[in-house]
Amino acid sequence: MTNPQDNTTVLDIQNVSKIYHVPTPGLERVYIAAVDQVSLALHEKPARIVSLVGESGSGKTTLARIMLGLTPPTHGEVLYRGKQVSELAKDGWWDFRRNVQPIFQDPFGIYNPFYRVDRALDMTIKNFNLAASKDEAFSLKAEALRAVDLRPEDVIGRYPHQLSGGQCQRVMLARTLLLRPKIIIADEPVSMIDVAVRMLFLNTLLDFRDKYNISSLMITHDLATAYYMGGPMLVLCFGRVVESGDIEQLLNKPSHPYTQQLLAAIPSPDPTKRWEERANVKITDRPLTHEGNKCVYVQRCPHAMSICSTKRPPQFMIEEGHYATCFLHQDHHPVREVAPRKS
Amino acid sequence: MSAQAMTQTKRQGTGDVQTLMEIKDLRIWYRTTRGNAKAVDGVDLIIQRNEVFGLAGESGCGKTTLARGILGLTKLPGYVESGEAIYYRRISDSTSVGSDLLTMPAREIRQMRWRHIAYIPQGAMNVLSPVTRIEKQILDAIYEHSDMSKEAARARMFECLEMVGLEPTVARMYPHELSGGMKQRVTIAAAVSLKPGLIIADEPTTALDVNVQQVILQELKDIAKSMELTLIYVTHDMAVHAEMADRMGIMYSGVMVEVSPVIETFKEPLHPYTQGLLSSIPAIGGDRSRMMGIPGNAPSPLDWPSGCRFHPRCPKVMEICREQHPPLLEVTPGRLVACHLYPTPISGAAPTFEELK
Repeated sequence: MTNPQDNTTVLDIQNVSKIYHVPTPGLERVYIAAVDQVSLALHEKPARIVSLVGESGSGKTTLARIMLGLTPPTHGEVLYRGKQVSELAKDGWWDFRRNVQPIFQDPFGIYNPFYRVDRALDMTIKNFNLAASKDEAFSLKAEALRAVDLRPEDVIGRYPHQLSGGQCQRVMLARTLLLRPKIIIADEPVSMIDVAVRMLFLNTLLDFRDKYNISSLMITHDLATAYYMGGPMLVLCFGRVVESGDIEQLLNKPSHPYTQQLLAAIPSPDPTKRWEERANVKITDRPLTHEGNKCVYVQRCPHAMSICSTKRPPQFMIEEGHYATCFLHQDHHPVREVAPRKS
Repeated sequence: MSAQAMTQTKRQGTGDVQTLMEIKDLRIWYRTTRGNAKAVDGVDLIIQRNEVFGLAGESGCGKTTLARGILGLTKLPGYVESGEAIYYRRISDSTSVGSDLLTMPAREIRQMRWRHIAYIPQGAMNVLSPVTRIEKQILDAIYEHSDMSKEAARARMFECLEMVGLEPTVARMYPHELSGGMKQRVTIAAAVSLKPGLIIADEPTTALDVNVQQVILQELKDIAKSMELTLIYVTHDMAVHAEMADRMGIMYSGVMVEVSPVIETFKEPLHPYTQGLLSSIPAIGGDRSRMMGIPGNAPSPLDWPSGCRFHPRCPKVMEICREQHPPLLEVTPGRLVACHLYPTPISGAAPTFEELK
């Protein structure tokens, strides 16, 4: 988001799109843009937690996979320290793998049920040659587990089914911590763990930011979680970033109708403040065809204008660092100047 | 219904007739090779007519087992160890007849389901048959549980679809043609089709987006108010309870730890578990200090801790908590708590409706 040449930028995606072909019964070719011209950068110093918020089907996971180098984008560039991820040589790829670590949604799905959970830690130590001896490996493991608020004796030697979802997820964090990565990409890490233990996971992620300078991309559908983490936030709707900025700015002044609707729909944990208005959301499916020349939200938008279905809205700058992709702001706010793309 | 299968309890007065369901010391256990998993282990609960009752608790605390249990849907290896779940049908303004759902013969409980008690199961989008049109799925439920004529049933089906905001054309569609939110509305339409007195909804919006969730919750609440039915709403999401419920019950390890009106639960939670649960929900725009959550893990139903089941995680644990299981007592009018921090002289007396309001 800032100058891409900046040497604190670890991972930078520029104008990335992922277009999928949708199987249809007819001869017609139908395409869907799971991610549509998204730019996003993750920096090393100062470490920050960037939240990516969107409903299901908005392309959150596709974006995470693109950033991890697991899915090649159709258009655009994924740059790791200024180099294309798809063209990294062996050493560079190894470095990328080490410094950009994933946390996935399902805490049980990532473990082999036949192996003890600490195997995930052992294999990491072995593959990256982190320890010279068994004793050293053990103390590394124990230290990592303590850092994520787990007692090593509770975890070492256990099988995944003997641990709770929250514990499994934190063992995964311990695994990432062994490598001291620069970036953690967490795809809905808390949606499958209980409310009472979610906080422990989120606090660990905050600790990582403060103590070890690890930046995170926190993908979530829960705005309250994003708020708790603080930092910059991007709102994704049908593959496009509709609004971005610091979370305080977004909450104080939600400027895209989608963000406004999203905020209004969140039940507040206060029974004296119930919804006063009826939701005026038309439950529609995502438009199947990829139409680049209109706003993605036009079908559901309560403020839709004629220009919305003929032109793709650019980003308008609401205030410094806060952008909304909506024509409602065309008269009052300047268009964001997009830095010329590097060739 | 046969006389021996029914616990005929004629109730007098106007207060008690408001009781819709009374659950007494219900225990539903699962047989496992490692002993009995006591998923529901001594629940006492009174549900009033026309209220939205929220049932909360973390995963594995027995919410779903309880909800399915009171419908007589407990399946092996689960079984009802003991207890009663008495459903009161109102027969006049001042009298109601109760019958125990748990001892009722299978044929009779089939009669009760849908007509009196409907169920919206967990993951409701996946309960529809993928090879059957929506209309047939709803009509089958109507035919099975009532003797409506074909025309009346069809008319009723369209009425219900309209009630949940679906077009009549949806009737001819297959589930894969609908989005998650629409499928969820179909299950709600089917549930209200026979005008039941009680709907038990088990996490109906958990897998849905917030926008869709809002629409469905508002619809569900409108239907409950306009049809004068009682809704038992099961979810782990406290914010949804704040939005929906009139009263709520917090479950922990197979027992109710707190039952009280929702406003008071959120304003001043009494049980340490409820306090922990509420302090682990981040609120938008609220204070962004570190929240602690509840340290430790939920205990295993195979081996509940002795005494109060929350004591290993409780920040206010006392000596007595390790030894004695606290009973669910009324500490202030309408508020029931199972915790040794609140010993009261009012012992086990069921609150009257006036107090519960």
